[in-house]
Amino acid sequence: MWRGAGGEGEILMATKNNTLKLKFDSARKYAPAPESKSAAKINPRYDLFINGKFEKPLSKKYFDTINPANEEKLSEVADANAADVDRAVKAARNAYENVWKKMPPKERGKYLFRIARMVQERARELAIIETLDGGKPIRESRDFDIPVVANHFFYYAGWADKLEYAFPNRNAQPLGVAGQIIPWNFPLLMAAWKIAPALATGNTVVLKPAETTSLTALKLAEIIQEADLPPGVVNIITGAGATGAAIVNHPDINKIAFTGSTEVGKIIQRAIAGTNKKATLELGGKAANIIFDDAPIDQAVEGVINGIFFNQGHVCCAGSRLYVQESVFKEVVRKLKDRLETLIVGDPMDKNTDIGAINSKQQLNQINKYLKIGQKEGAEMYQSSCDLPSKGFFCRPTIFTNVAQSNRISQEEIFGPVLAIQSFRTDDEVIEKANNTPYGLSAGVWTDKGSKIFNMTTKLRAGVVWANTFNQFDPTSPFGGYKESGYGREGGLHGLSAYVKLGGIV
Amino acid sequence: MQTSTINKTAKVPKLEKAQTNGAPKKRLEILKTYKIYIGGKFPRTESGRYYIAENGDKEKLANVCLSSRKDFREAVVAARSAFGDWGSRAAFNRGQILYRIAEMLEGRKAQFIDELIKQDTTKEEAENEVLLSIDRLIYYAGWCDKFQQLYSSVNPVASSHFNFSTPEPTGVVSIIAPQASSLLGLVSVIAPVIAGGNTCIVLASFTKPLCAVTFAEVLNSSDVPGGVVNILTGKVAELASYFADHMDVNALVFCENDADTQKMMQEKASLNIKRVVLYNKINWLTENGQSPYFIMDTQEIKTTWHPIENIGGAKAGY
Repeated sequence: MWRGAGGEGEILMATKNNTLKLKFDSARKYAPAPESKSAAKINPRYDLFINGKFEKPLSKKYFDTINPANEEKLSEVADANAADVDRAVKAARNAYENVWKKMPPKERGKYLFRIARMVQERARELAIIETLDGGKPIRESRDFDIPVVANHFFYYAGWADKLEYAFPNRNAQPLGVAGQIIPWNFPLLMAAWKIAPALATGNTVVLKPAETTSLTALKLAEIIQEADLPPGVVNIITGAGATGAAIVNHPDINKIAFTGSTEVGKIIQRAIAGTNKKATLELGGKAANIIFDDAPIDQAVEGVINGIFFNQGHVCCAGSRLYVQESVFKEVVRKLKDRLETLIVGDPMDKNTDIGAINSKQQLNQINKYLKIGQKEGAEMYQSSCDLPSKGFFCRPTIFTNVAQSNRISQEEIFGPVLAIQSFRTDDEVIEKANNTPYGLSAGVWTDKGSKIFNMTTKLRAGVVWANTFNQFDPTSPFGGYKESGYGREGGLHGLSAYVKLGGIV
Repeated sequence: MQTSTINKTAKVPKLEKAQTNGAPKKRLEILKTYKIYIGGKFPRTESGRYYIAENGDKEKLANVCLSSRKDFREAVVAARSAFGDWGSRAAFNRGQILYRIAEMLEGRKAQFIDELIKQDTTKEEAENEVLLSIDRLIYYAGWCDKFQQLYSSVNPVASSHFNFSTPEPTGVVSIIAPQASSLLGLVSVIAPVIAGGNTCIVLASFTKPLCAVTFAEVLNSSDVPGGVVNILTGKVAELASYFADHMDVNALVFCENDADTQKMMQEKASLNIKRVVLYNKINWLTENGQSPYFIMDTQEIKTTWHPIENIGGAKAGY
């Protein structure tokens, strides 16, 4: 710096910190590498999958599902009304009483294995449709969503005939018919998280995908049909909130499994009060991602980027609050800004794309609302300077500094690529700040010191804690929240509990 | 003793009433004041209200606090501030303290048996109930550092990570104790909750409140930190909705077979996604009244991930 401002000074400063800013803007232009749409078959219209067949809706209504990256119509899907829900529940009840609960557990498991294999066989097609319908980058649907879907079916397939080992001294029995309502951020993955453990434990299912992302669930219905699963064991019906409400309120459903917003989760918990319906709720989050000054900073920055920008930030466990220890605050923020510039925002079908389309117009409006709120509250906004496509729903990756703990952008779930950054000095301070939220789904810690990691991971009130990593998922690993992030776990041994009642002592 | 005063010695030998020179022949018995238990202290209800506990023969047993919403809220504050310490104590230490409660109860058996008899229990049943209560505490004392092992898992994830899941306490639990039972029901619902590291606010049996207050004295002399267990006396109908809708309570235990109240509590619990635990079909006198699964009803599962470095040594197969 003493040599004065200018290029030379900058290089010197960079050398002093042993870091160089990478210049991506000049030499490294990626050529487009789009995945081909032709590898996927999308019908112009989809009916409801009830009792093993695609049935026209009694409502006689259909609604469009569009590609959020270009706003073009992909297909239209049936809008199930209460009568359609009733039909699906009857089919599920019949299949439960007469077929599925009587089937030897190992045979149940074999159906799940078969479904898992078929998902693998059709992985490319499923990934393409997931990206077209939902807007997530093809790299993510190809490398994360669809493989984990298959793995999830594989994992729970093996549990079907081993349940007596899962619940010591108890006899685990299925609950009956499960009504399952899933979100639009990981459409097929959430369907797998719901269906696989339910079937392994002997329940039958009525599943409703989110209205903006129905297609892969309907593709799964085709796979289920092809796998010869007995009719009625899985029923997939499409529709919006009213269809979901009809499932929640149906008197012949024994279990509600819901993934979505805390707001709707509360409505569901209230709606099923006084019934014998069991519930698992996977709700919102506002995860703290904490960087200590002894952390490997470059890795931590990558982790923060992955934590908040993975899947456009449409992740309930997204690391949307970043806490950085004061002595490394400037360095981390600078590196985040540099890294932000390198993120490729655009066509989700392009294999180079890092951040795809926001799932819907409605969600984009919601995110933009929070960008305004953040600035109004006095936080400083920084966005990537990237160009956005002229059509479709897109949002630049955004970080806020100068954020107060009480600001709405650090309290409320935005569900988009928006990060709120605060600094801290001591361990106690950051534990208190991190836990100061009604949510408790996930958290992240970055430090090189093992004993500090375990101090933090035990004190953070959250269901999943990532230490020196973030946004990792696995079928064997239970996932779910504390506090207002919901209850029950999905995945792993613990995920079985959500779908059984424990009979008397063995 | 006047008939209008409270007869705390109903069904046990009564105070000698023969008078000599206007003074009792034997010393005058000291009557016990039944207060509530909040944050390790024994206040009266802030409301100043009370009710008279009677037995089946309409004998008056005690003036008992009719706790208010404010008492409950103060108890929640006490429970929340006690949670940080209690929830993070070594499981072994919690086991020691639960054992200590059992020791204290053992030492005061006679008092509990007396109180149970006053509250319409036969002598034989009373003895059985007290012994079962002591044994139940011992049972859960033993679980304190074991249930985690039973319900934890190391998860064989496909990526290069060390991944494990363990139970952790849910937090502050509000409990409406079984109303038909004076001691055993109370002990059976408190023990699994605190064995797992939660803190709680308990509403005692309305009709049989004596043992609950005396049990608070046992807790108070058993190294249980103040605020871990808070015991209120009062009406279920008056307090149930507050037990269900308080925003700083994480879970709720309700034991009555009352569908309307169950529904009301489940509805209010949705305000902050409280975990609702219903124990309406459990016979606390049997083996079914104790289980590590009761501990798990107020536990959360936490999953921790950490990367595993993959350099060097990978090929060494010996």
